[in-house]
Amino acid sequence: MNSGIPLHYFLILATVMFFVGIYGFLTRRNLITILMSVELILNSVNINFLAFNRYLFPHKLEGLFFSLFVIAVAAAEAAVAIALIINIYRRFTTINVEDVHEMRY
Amino acid sequence: MTSNQIMFVLFAAMITVFSVLTVTTRRVLRAAVYLLFVLVSTAGLYFMLNYQFLAAVQLTLYAGGIVVLIIFSILLTSHISQKFEPVELKKQIFSAIAALAGAILAITTILDYKFTATSEAAKEVDMRLIGKSLLSVEYDGYVLPFEVISILLIAAMVAAIVVAKKSGPGKSDSKTLTQQ
Repeated sequence: MNSGIPLHYFLILATVMFFVGIYGFLTRRNLITILMSVELILNSVNINFLAFNRYLFPHKLEGLFFSLFVIAVAAAEAAVAIALIINIYRRFTTINVEDVHEMRY
Repeated sequence: MTSNQIMFVLFAAMITVFSVLTVTTRRVLRAAVYLLFVLVSTAGLYFMLNYQFLAAVQLTLYAGGIVVLIIFSILLTSHISQKFEPVELKKQIFSAIAALAGAILAITTILDYKFTATSEAAKEVDMRLIGKSLLSVEYDGYVLPFEVISILLIAAMVAAIVVAKKSGPGKSDSKTLTQQ
């Protein structure tokens, strides 16, 4: 199955993905690309959950269910965030975070 | 190298390269497509870990649902060929330093730590087992987080509809919109 691949490789891969997401979160100005960085971060956490579950506790299902719930939360978050982004675009005709000064409606 | 290791290296390379491209490309639609590649390679990793159900969920929900949602909102809010201005160098350098420092700290911690696996026999994860434990109230059951996530999904759906709804022509807030 996963013979020949140590657990560390999965963890390091997830770490790299997580911090690439952090970098994007810090440098991007556009709200949609910031949302994409958040998706990268959530996805890397899922890889960690599943690798721990498979390598360290293969008789349990915690990691599987937590990543399932993280995916559900990510979907809900994306839906609400995109509703907000479209509303902001309607009001300010831009989704650049520096040009959006207020969220009063 | 076994075929497993070759697959892992392939997926890892795809994930690394395309996630870097996702956060650095200056065209927003390309960023979304690169994100799709990252998510599909992650599903491949899940298949390698023998979690077929979660890999399928990843493909349908993430790669199918969220990426399509993101692409639709890109098409609604910006021009396809629009290019971002390049990020200022100072910001780029400091963000890279912050991310690199965090990554190095985390990776050294991971490499130092000795993980010990349990000696218990691995459980075969099939659909029947997942469904049963998702709705079970026994020790290994997950019915409470399942209910919590259902409430969260309903709340998010209602919130998204209310927030994105166009207000009618007679409403006062649409008047303030046109005045501006």
